Amino acid sequence: MNATLSPQNILIIGATSGIAEAVARRYASIGANLFLVARNSKKLAIISSDLIARGATNVQLFVLNAHEYDLLPQMVEQAWAAFGIINVALIAYGTLPDQTRAETDLDYAITEFRTNAESVIACLTILANRFETQGYGVISVIGSVASDRGRGSNYVYGSAKSAIESFTSGLRSRLYKKGVHVLLIKPGFVATAMTANLNLPEKLTASPESVAINIQNAISHRKNVVYTPSFWAFIMLIIKLIPNIIFKRLSL
Amino acid sequence: MVELLSWGRYPRQPQHPHAVFWADEISHVLGKIVETNKTSLIYGMGRSYGDSCLAVSNQVVTTQGMDRILAADWETGVIFAQAGLSFAELIQITLPRGWFLPVTPGTKYVSLGGAVANDVHGKNHHVMGTFGRHILRLFLYRSDEGIVECSRHIRSDLFVATIGGLGLSGVIVAVEFQLRPIETSRINQTSIRFGGLTEFFQLTASHDHTHEYTVAWIDCLATGQNAGRGHYIMGNHAKADIAHTHTQLTLAPHKRMKIPFDPPFSLINTLSLRAFNTLYYHKQQQKQISRCVSYDPFFYPLDSLKHWNRIYGHAGFQQYQCVIPQRDGQTAIADIMQEIAKSGSGSFLAVLKQCGDIISPGLLSFPMHGVSLALDFPQHDQKNTQLFNRLDRLVHEVGGRLYPAKDAHMSAEHFQQAYPQWQQIEAMRDPRLFSKFWQRVTQ
Ligand SMILES: Cc1cc2nc3c(=O)[nH]c(=O)nc-3n(C[C@H](O)[C@H](O)[C@H](O)COP(=O)(O)OP(=O)(O)OC[C@H]3O[C@@H](n4cnc5c(N)ncnc54)[C@H](O)[C@@H]3O)c2cc1C
Repeated sequence: MNATLSPQNILIIGATSGIAEAVARRYASIGANLFLVARNSKKLAIISSDLIARGATNVQLFVLNAHEYDLLPQMVEQAWAAFGIINVALIAYGTLPDQTRAETDLDYAITEFRTNAESVIACLTILANRFETQGYGVISVIGSVASDRGRGSNYVYGSAKSAIESFTSGLRSRLYKKGVHVLLIKPGFVATAMTANLNLPEKLTASPESVAINIQNAISHRKNVVYTPSFWAFIMLIIKLIPNIIFKRLSL
Repeated sequence: MVELLSWGRYPRQPQHPHAVFWADEISHVLGKIVETNKTSLIYGMGRSYGDSCLAVSNQVVTTQGMDRILAADWETGVIFAQAGLSFAELIQITLPRGWFLPVTPGTKYVSLGGAVANDVHGKNHHVMGTFGRHILRLFLYRSDEGIVECSRHIRSDLFVATIGGLGLSGVIVAVEFQLRPIETSRINQTSIRFGGLTEFFQLTASHDHTHEYTVAWIDCLATGQNAGRGHYIMGNHAKADIAHTHTQLTLAPHKRMKIPFDPPFSLINTLSLRAFNTLYYHKQQQKQISRCVSYDPFFYPLDSLKHWNRIYGHAGFQQYQCVIPQRDGQTAIADIMQEIAKSGSGSFLAVLKQCGDIISPGLLSFPMHGVSLALDFPQHDQKNTQLFNRLDRLVHEVGGRLYPAKDAHMSAEHFQQAYPQWQQIEAMRDPRLFSKFWQRVTQ
């Protein structure tokens, strides 16, 4: 990639997530400026030193919990104040709810849904307006292949990601006219801290590094939606084509 | 779910991984394993051949997610990083800035923690000693003390028990060490064909002091007149050249071929071995060839073939690496080679290396002033046991020793005599960490 053409100022919300960290490293290695947002200040500081060593020019940190919506405008203001412009924003946080618990514990289910859907929508709303004023840039969000069809085993997570999918689809149309691009990233299984305790099928599980390469490419090519690794587009197509009469009987 | 083996895939005792990504998770993850399984072990990248990276409980803590650089000073070349960081990644970051690893083993797919725990050595042992010599400080998690800093001056007891300590003194969380400066990413290499061991010892005597990296490959199946023939390879980091300033510190391209699955049988047998070794020996027509090569093929020729350990099939293989004290080097190596040639077994690569007299701070460090020999043997239970017994006796008689990182067979008796400080390690061992190797050689 040509360093002079590539985005230089990157804002990452949820910067301590495995995928975000891998993406940040790729941008760091081409000398980017990074504005990192996450709730854990100690982890942020360590990630910052790592990115500096890997070549980042400037790393700024902002501590924020996903539910602190009133801090969002301040966060956005600081990011723009730090670097003048932001070329790329990436929203990368999320949790993986325990579906069984969510079926009986309503508070838990609602909190998980809010973290994965509502708070992301809040972030997108604030970012969208700032990017609109700027008149260019890419807003990217990590969704999931789980949004393609609600499955019995994780529909709380899946429906939250579906909300994001619809939201970004609309936002994309709105911002396109203003020169701002919206990218939805749909990873399959990725070996990160979030999935460390799951029994993931080895052959279908990607490394955060390979997912980060896909994301960086999708950003530079202004893709609308990207499945990563790409074979998930095919897997999900098949899953979407299964008729409901059969689908509801499957334990997927 | 992935089950992990050691590099030699023998003994075949799959390990169940529990990943940690941050230092403050170690206590929790280790605690959970220990609750039901009593003990655990840290697994870096599994590049140890035998059972030293296998937990008695088969439940290991994996550290590859702890791969961050905590601080780097590009003026002084001091780098401080989490223990899961691989040498491959380190090179990607340090080389373009003019720094290289002070010591590197023959693969870059090792973790920093694993390199410390085995106190790895490289082709420059005669001038740089082991990796442990370049460590400034360590952060270690112990289940009884939490995270402890140690160095030559602070908690030096823990420091020397951790370097080469086989992952038993605690969990290495982060390591600070000194890099070595380089002007270019290339190596000026000279390869000299030699006809026998005597010639090898003459070559090391006359070239080791002017070359940072030296190693020899020998045809271990050659007998009679040809016994001990091979290639002696020496190299130095190339100096900067004013004409090519922009290409001087370039990373090697990322190209790897892959052995995608276990072949149904071992691809290594006496016939293919003999053909390979003869071919390799004669490949070089001239007696001496000098070339300027990239650091990657020079240090890591095997890394270009991902999972090459699979060519031995399901049964796996064992490496036999010993070091013989200087005084008896030549005769003992000749005897060992003769035994191996007689057995008709042996490896693609028999590697001979003159080790220097620089002493490591580590209590269980493997290298000693003398000659080290390393070979791979496809796993055949009876054949290997018989041959290894004979070789062990030869090594033992002259006061040599075997490398725990490569071992899956040595007896408790031989280990305890060769590493008299083992009891100190046992006394300092974190009771939650216990490897199959340690169980075998101490109980
Ligand atoms: C092709 C090849 C060539 C090699 N060449 C050489 C060579 O030239 N010289 C040489 O010295 N070695 C060599 N080796 C061996 C290799 O360098 C060592 O086995 C190295 O220690 C492997 O590192 P690892 O990260 O894979 O560790 P593992 O094999 O996973 O573990 C090794 C030991 O380190 C411990 N450990 C790992 N991480 C930690 C941690 N964070 N805290 C505490 N303990 C930990 C483990 O418990 C275990 O005891 C070679 C290996 C291969 C496969």
